[in-house]
Amino acid sequence: MDTRDTPEQAELRRSARQLAGDLGPSTVADLDDLARRRRLGAAVREAGWLDLRGEGDDAPLASGVEAAIVADALGGAAADVPFAGPVLAADLARRAGVTDTGGAVVAFTSTLIDPAIVSDAVTCAPIYAVDSDDAINAAYVLIPEGSGYRLAAVRVDGGPDPTGGTDLTRTVRAIPAGSSAQRIADQRVVLTGDDLAAWTALGFALTSADLVGVMRGVVDLTVAYAAQRRQFGVPVGSFQAVQHLLADAQCLMEGSLSVALHASWAVDNLAPNDARSAGRVAKTYCARAARTVCETAVQVHGGIGNTWECMAHVYLRRALLSSQWFGDDRVQLRALGHERLRAAHGLS
Amino acid sequence: MDFRDSPAEADLRRRLRVWLAEHNPGLPASSTDDQYWARQAEWHTALYDAGFFGLSWPARFGGHALPAVFDVILDEEIAAAGAPPRPSLGYLVQGISAHGSEAIKDRFLRGLISGRDRWCQGFSEPDAGSDLASLRTTAVRDGDDYLINGHKIWTSYSDVADWCFLLARTEPDVPKHKGLSAFAIPMHQPGIVQRPLRMINGITTEFGQVLFDDARVPAENMIGGPGEGWRVAMTIVSHEREPGELGYVARYAKTVTELEHVVRGDPDTFRPDQHELVSWAHVQTEMLRLHVCRRLSDRLDGVDHGPGGSIDKLLMTWVEQTVGEAALAVSGSKAALDSNDAALKVYLYSRAQSVMGGTSQIQKNIIATRILGLPTS
Repeated sequence: MDTRDTPEQAELRRSARQLAGDLGPSTVADLDDLARRRRLGAAVREAGWLDLRGEGDDAPLASGVEAAIVADALGGAAADVPFAGPVLAADLARRAGVTDTGGAVVAFTSTLIDPAIVSDAVTCAPIYAVDSDDAINAAYVLIPEGSGYRLAAVRVDGGPDPTGGTDLTRTVRAIPAGSSAQRIADQRVVLTGDDLAAWTALGFALTSADLVGVMRGVVDLTVAYAAQRRQFGVPVGSFQAVQHLLADAQCLMEGSLSVALHASWAVDNLAPNDARSAGRVAKTYCARAARTVCETAVQVHGGIGNTWECMAHVYLRRALLSSQWFGDDRVQLRALGHERLRAAHGLS
Repeated sequence: MDFRDSPAEADLRRRLRVWLAEHNPGLPASSTDDQYWARQAEWHTALYDAGFFGLSWPARFGGHALPAVFDVILDEEIAAAGAPPRPSLGYLVQGISAHGSEAIKDRFLRGLISGRDRWCQGFSEPDAGSDLASLRTTAVRDGDDYLINGHKIWTSYSDVADWCFLLARTEPDVPKHKGLSAFAIPMHQPGIVQRPLRMINGITTEFGQVLFDDARVPAENMIGGPGEGWRVAMTIVSHEREPGELGYVARYAKTVTELEHVVRGDPDTFRPDQHELVSWAHVQTEMLRLHVCRRLSDRLDGVDHGPGGSIDKLLMTWVEQTVGEAALAVSGSKAALDSNDAALKVYLYSRAQSVMGGTSQIQKNIIATRILGLPTS
């Protein structure tokens, strides 16, 4: 056992944080800078990060650990660029033996917990394409076949800026009921329950890693503010009442990192159901921690923290989407309870 | 990054599993009855004699000279077997190893690690808790000895200890942090009187109070140099705050497994919120297990005596108190009706975790100033 980064992982962590920090938004006003956003999108694509879970020799090009390292870096900078969305689509396509062209994400039901399953060629309820952009115009849905699933694609309308969603850095685009779902012609493998469990484990790993990044980013932002903002003639960060809030936040971030690292490793190294359970554990802890940490950031920023111009709410909003995506802490606790009850009774 | 067992780790795991199946003494996970410590002492020597304790410590002192991550396997297998946690004394080993002379290490480490010598830690005093450096117990040179006078408190298991790792003031006229020295003082002598305190969960044999009245300690038993006591104490407390050093993950996992057994044995008699609290305790315990994996893996680069232990201490405290709350919730009205309810005792004992080894508030001060770099007022 050695949970340290390999030299390659450490280098990826360093370079991903550097890129996200250089090209991500520094201020809320930066979110409107489309030229910057395009540069960021192009840099992420050129780095090959969207292909990390695409087809390699008999395995994905990179492990869940590398994908989570990038997710963590992008979360830390509140980077307004698709990552988990296209990476999850590529992972699902690889499992189905489909050649993914990098132009898709996955559509989810309105709860954002499960991938959308449609019974025939037309969707009958609104579904949601999570984490796409103008360059992505398709979303995968699942069509049941026997005990497994086939992939189909529905069209995602790009349009200029589709936001209006809670997260100001990533999109959730509604796909209306009645959209037609085209079966993917070259699917070589019917997706099994195990495939979906392993894929869901990746979803937990990426959303948990994003939450860890969000926590690190917002703690850094808030510590810097507390050291500089003065009241009563001294920095507010010199008051124990403020220090203790930030110390709690730092601990929650560290504990979240430990549990999220394991979930990212589990994706490719544990049996699908065990990897998914490891992901549920990570997601539960990270979602609860991130909520507290982001709320702390708003509080320590005081009145400013409650204005649109403060980056704290950008992180909080990003945490809200990452928490809901694949199910929040309460959802995971209930699922863990059921899974462990079944295990206790000798069922798998 | 790899959470898998190496071949050597897998081999230890196999041997442990076989041994634990035969030798689990079936003790409670934490101190909830008055026989706990005596039976934990037997467990210590049994684990050591079977070759499963002191895994990462030097072979010269009875250890096995393995990387610290092997302790993760020990904790996991102990938890899986429902056996008692490993003895929590690594912080004393760290303190003696880092600051003791070769003669001190040769004299004391083997007995400490093997469990043949029982130790306690004499730091806190009635008027020196969080402000430890203000302690007033004195050590005055008298020939080849020092004479010790003072009053120590919260000294766990002092009444059955052979030795005390004592912090005392040797130089009264220098600033408070600079006048302290550390000693290994023998506890079986006339100048020492024990007055144990009763804890809130009713335990009478853990919480010690020790009065030193011209007790003697040979000058050669000083650990570190004269006036270096504060540095020695800080090394010890930094490791006393680490769940990886204490082995507490196994304690929490054992309790969670017992709680799961209760609620899942007859699931319909428990409310959804009770199930949820047990699942949350499981998540918290898993987080701590994985956090310890990370911290002990980091030790492959060398042991760090820095302030990171304060983060681990807070995480560990939240886990222990979450587990305590889950136990209380599962017990329901029984915990309010029966003072001997086991879950009530687990819950009450968990409240000490945010005080012992430095309060949560002290840990937060350390994290804010020494890790986050916030200004002091």
